[in-house]
Amino acid sequence: MSTAAATRAAAARTPRRRRRGGGGERVAPYVFLAPFIFLFLVFLVLPIIVALYTSFFQTQRSGLGFGGGDGQKFVWFDNYALAFSNPGFIESFGRVLLFGAVQVPVMLAFSLVLALLFDSAVVRWKRFFQLSVFLPYAVPSVVAALIWGFLYQPRVSPIVEGLTSIGVPVNFLAPGTVLWSIANVAVWSVVGVNMIILFSSLQTVPREMYEAARIDGAGELRMALQIKLPMILPALILTMLFSVIGTLQLFNEPMTMRSVTSNISGDYTPNMAVFSATTLGGDINLGSAMAIVIGLVTFVLSVIVSVLSNRKRGSAK
Amino acid sequence: MTQVPVLAPPVSPEPASKPRNRTRVHAEGERPSPAARVAAWIFMGATALYFLVPVYWLIVAATKSTSDLFSTPGFWFAEFNLFTNLAALTEYDNGIFWRWMGNSLIYSGVGSLLMTFISLISGYALAMYRFRGRSVVLAAVLGSMLIPQTVLAQPTYLLLVEIGLNNTIWGVLIPSLAYPFGVLLAFVYAQASVPQELLEAARLDGASEWRAFFSIALKLLSPGGVTIMLFAFIGSWNNFMLPLLVISDARLMPVTVGLSGWSQAAITIPGLQTLVVIGALVSIIPIVVVFVSLQRYWRSGLAAGGVRF
Repeated sequence: MSTAAATRAAAARTPRRRRRGGGGERVAPYVFLAPFIFLFLVFLVLPIIVALYTSFFQTQRSGLGFGGGDGQKFVWFDNYALAFSNPGFIESFGRVLLFGAVQVPVMLAFSLVLALLFDSAVVRWKRFFQLSVFLPYAVPSVVAALIWGFLYQPRVSPIVEGLTSIGVPVNFLAPGTVLWSIANVAVWSVVGVNMIILFSSLQTVPREMYEAARIDGAGELRMALQIKLPMILPALILTMLFSVIGTLQLFNEPMTMRSVTSNISGDYTPNMAVFSATTLGGDINLGSAMAIVIGLVTFVLSVIVSVLSNRKRGSAK
Repeated sequence: MTQVPVLAPPVSPEPASKPRNRTRVHAEGERPSPAARVAAWIFMGATALYFLVPVYWLIVAATKSTSDLFSTPGFWFAEFNLFTNLAALTEYDNGIFWRWMGNSLIYSGVGSLLMTFISLISGYALAMYRFRGRSVVLAAVLGSMLIPQTVLAQPTYLLLVEIGLNNTIWGVLIPSLAYPFGVLLAFVYAQASVPQELLEAARLDGASEWRAFFSIALKLLSPGGVTIMLFAFIGSWNNFMLPLLVISDARLMPVTVGLSGWSQAAITIPGLQTLVVIGALVSIIPIVVVFVSLQRYWRSGLAAGGVRF
């Protein structure tokens, strides 16, 4: 080894010592992070600033007068007032909250039961079953909604036909049921990925714990509830958190399913309301205000979920 | 609904090569009763039906003519028209469908490759170096995971209009590169799989920081990279709201936006129904193939990194 390398080594071992030529070490992390930080600032921070800015203005003349000063008037919180006085927008929040209150627990319970079954010795052909549960995750939600849209339509659906022929008339697209038909598409799409998250988490539980419990005479069910479940609680909480966030941004499925039913309005979910205001309504200022409101609601809800679950985790100890 | 995968920090940073055959360990001693076996079979059978039947229906429906689609039993084959349908799909509007597929491939393929590289190099920097501002970057990465992508879609659209990138390929491609989850995954993975001593040894041998990353760390990070790429690929293949806002030129649309447009138009143009069906089938084939063929890699990537997503 050369002496140069030896001094380099000494420099590397004592990071405090500043040396000319060893500067790469200090500069490197910034260079490595530069692309991400640039993208982060431009496409995560800047859009929020632009939306905030836009949400405080109103376009005086119709047309695409965005950006330039002309035609734009500073109106304080008028757009927010407009958003909150819009019954469709408020109802859309109620709708997705109702949706989430049902879809999230059902979907997580389904994922959890599957993960526990895959983790036990009860199920055979694990690979096949796991893959079939996971497969829908690879199907884009738009395509999933298109497929299920066909399965809901009375003229095409073998399911509707089959149920009607045995005397159970169903209408998956009725005003009262279409929300749950959308929920079904969402469940179908995401159970797989949540199952894998919970399953992977179960796989890291030390097996000795099970042996000890078995010696104590615990059955499979008791082990699942009293050992496995508490051990994977953090993973369960995280899946819950992201499911709640996902619920509030519901867009792809209802937007796609509008082609098979007239019972989904243009502002069926908060995100659809933003989309409608921005494109069809041509009011980007109102759209921005709505987007900011959704962002805030999502943030508050995420904080509530994590605080509640932290408290629960604390009391479980 | 866009589902963000989740991860927890690794329990123990074990070396990547250590085998983990935990699936088999518990088989000993566990003897489920025959009744439990039967119940499990029935439950799993019903579950598999629920998840597979829609895909099966799609395959069957893709082989039917428009009239058969509405008049023959949905779960069974009628006259075999798959190739006629494929030909119709190819001909319609000068083969716009294949353009959409190509666009999706560019958006998702190029996008996820670049995004994976950016995530790996950023995660590596965060894991291996102690520098001023590190905790700020980490906090920003974690915090931004709570910002829903579709909430950003409208503001991003405004920004793209402002900088003149709306209705261009770049308008869809570039915003998808900012993916904090990928950075977080890479950070957790680098912490677990790249030993600090290795970096020091590389410096000892006179390697530059850049070279240490490229010729040593990148190899160790590659299983994690496959995992990130897969999620990025699925994520951008699934992307809908942003391209719907940004792209008005049909020739730049990804396949999700194109198909959804056809589905809307099919209300007035009945022949389009068949094209929506065959198009939906064709559009999921690449992603399912990628997914199933990479299964081994991303599974081992998760296990080796101790990353539980």
